[in-house]
Amino acid sequence: MSVDSVSETITAPVEVANPRDEQIVFLLMTLALIVAPLFAYPFFLMQALCFALFACAFNLLVGYVGLLSFGHAMFLGSAGYFSAHIAKVWGWPPELAIIAAAIGAGVIGVVTGALAIRRQGIYFSMITLALSQMIYFFCLQAPFTHGEDGIQAVPQGKMLGFIDLSHQMTLYYVVLAIFLFGFLAIHRIINSPFGEILKAIRENEPRAISLGYKTDRYKLAAFVLSATLVGLAGATKAIVAQNASLTDVHWSMSGEVVLMTLVGGLGTVFGPVVGAFVIVAMQNYLAGFGQWVTVIQGVIFVACVLAFRRGIVGEIAHMFKRSL
Amino acid sequence: MRTSIAVTALAAALAWAGSAAAQNKTIKIGSLSDQSSLYADIGGPGSTLAAQMAVEDSGMTAKGWKIDVISADHQNKPDVGVSIARQWFDVEKVDVIVDVPNSGVALAVNNVVKEKNKVFLNSGAGTSDLTGKACTPNTIHWTYDTYALANGTGTALTKSGGDTWFFLTADYAFGAALERDTTNAVTKAGGKVVGTVRHPLNSPDFSSFLLQAQTSKAKVIGLANAGGDTTNAVKQASEFGITQGGQTLAALLLFISDVHALGLNAAQGLTFTETFYWDMNDQTRAFAKKFASKMKNGNMPTMVQAGVYSALLHYFKAVDALGSAEDGAKVVAKMKEMPTDDPLFGKGTIREDGRKIHPAYLFQVKKPSESKGPWDYYITKATIPADQAFRPLSESECPLVKK
Repeated sequence: MSVDSVSETITAPVEVANPRDEQIVFLLMTLALIVAPLFAYPFFLMQALCFALFACAFNLLVGYVGLLSFGHAMFLGSAGYFSAHIAKVWGWPPELAIIAAAIGAGVIGVVTGALAIRRQGIYFSMITLALSQMIYFFCLQAPFTHGEDGIQAVPQGKMLGFIDLSHQMTLYYVVLAIFLFGFLAIHRIINSPFGEILKAIRENEPRAISLGYKTDRYKLAAFVLSATLVGLAGATKAIVAQNASLTDVHWSMSGEVVLMTLVGGLGTVFGPVVGAFVIVAMQNYLAGFGQWVTVIQGVIFVACVLAFRRGIVGEIAHMFKRSL
Repeated sequence: MRTSIAVTALAAALAWAGSAAAQNKTIKIGSLSDQSSLYADIGGPGSTLAAQMAVEDSGMTAKGWKIDVISADHQNKPDVGVSIARQWFDVEKVDVIVDVPNSGVALAVNNVVKEKNKVFLNSGAGTSDLTGKACTPNTIHWTYDTYALANGTGTALTKSGGDTWFFLTADYAFGAALERDTTNAVTKAGGKVVGTVRHPLNSPDFSSFLLQAQTSKAKVIGLANAGGDTTNAVKQASEFGITQGGQTLAALLLFISDVHALGLNAAQGLTFTETFYWDMNDQTRAFAKKFASKMKNGNMPTMVQAGVYSALLHYFKAVDALGSAEDGAKVVAKMKEMPTDDPLFGKGTIREDGRKIHPAYLFQVKKPSESKGPWDYYITKATIPADQAFRPLSESECPLVKK
């Protein structure tokens, strides 16, 4: 009954996770990200990091609980609006704006999650999509979001009162710290007893129920955690880009995060990060090709689905018979 | 020995760098637009072409200037737009950004341009906030804005007898703003709004709204919406025979490329305001022919593309007078100081809030029998003089305006 089309397509890497591999890869990734601004444009990297956190938090739900949400843009976008509004209109410092916005996204996650987790598979996806469309139209109409003009000129301010975020490199390392915090939080969740139960639910929900687990509560908890972390990404992104707009609440953003996760590798820890960097890099560096961006993006997606179905990281992990 | 060669080489390199900085006669233009989706025909590749034509026609290369034009697709996403703009300023050393349709993206880019002290010549976006609360000393809003279109259509139509109005309004902030501005213009001109109906954004079916509009017996039906909603409403209105029934259909935001896509059968009788039409005089025709021959799809220029051309010609004059494109605010100040004169928009001025002032025109789309050939679409119904076309300075919320 719970074995639906979604969890069937999600084949977790069968190889046993080796914590040392993950530590090494994590250290390499962190090192690469620390030196990255010397080689790549920092603003692009910051955006990519926000999307990477977004994709990781999304992957927490789809890759480890087997719930394919098609409405995660609502958390990204509304958290963006919250943090932009709080920082600009209420004049709160950035760290409080980001935390408050992430909590706000979590609250939306409680409400929407409580409704959505009652169904599985495609019905779950449709309910999340419907709820996210409701949030989209709310954002379109609500006076504080300024419709399609969005909230502009969001002040970056001083974090904790002394870290000046208007300096690009400072901002980059703050964003990197937020990303690493989110990434480690997700890693911790996945590798906790709680995470084991989530994976059990993904593999076979009736069996988890028969073992005495109240699976609905676990699913809701995972949904809210995912929503809050997506909110953290969205709130940071609004401070980085200094605006919050309808793009982030639009359903196509929910599609983009699915694309990022699939390209990188579903159900892998590092996959979504790679996927997010690939997609954001394409959007930025191929912008000069004009109308060809969407075509190229489509071709890459088709190539991924046909040639390496486990995603970039998934294939690499499979090649080395490791779990990443 | 080896060190002395290195020192000489270094000195030479420094001297070269120094001289390059001293006579930095280069300009880099970034045409930031929607290249692939709904605004691509209004701005897009045509705006890049218009920018290149402006470079050729300005004679700046003969004066020793080196000018490059680059373009990118902002995909209608403000964060992509901001990211491209920042990268252009920091890495590519772009001096001026042109076009930028989509109000959300334009307002976001507006902030980056101010921060980097460069120049933003907006032609594609409609929001009148660019010269209102969001105005900066680095931005000039060239071609049109929603206030001008709503005001032009509202005033001119009411004065020519269309004194009762019914609105079909897209149910979000933009639609409401268009409706509000037009209502003000209509009542000021002595007309009356007899009713209004709100439709959801991206509505596929307008029949019930159009029937309400039809039974209201209003002389003018105002379409306070944009893009696909407007074209859908126009198509369905023609199926209901609304214009044949004696009511006038007024679009508050429409471009010639939309008329071209709709075809004259569906669009005939539609009335709206633009600030440029290719078939106005010999100069505009000459520009349009050259433009169309270089466009892949042979399209005539829209007012947005014409605006990019005209704005850049004026920008070049200011930069040439100053001798450098380095300081954006200085260039814009110079542009405001000099009166404008170009083949497409004629003589005009730029106001202190960054608003370019020129006449606007009320056009009506021809019947298929009246049209002599492709792109022969408009009849000029009224000319709105430059001093009445745009929002008066006294109503501006722009902090640059001294009151």
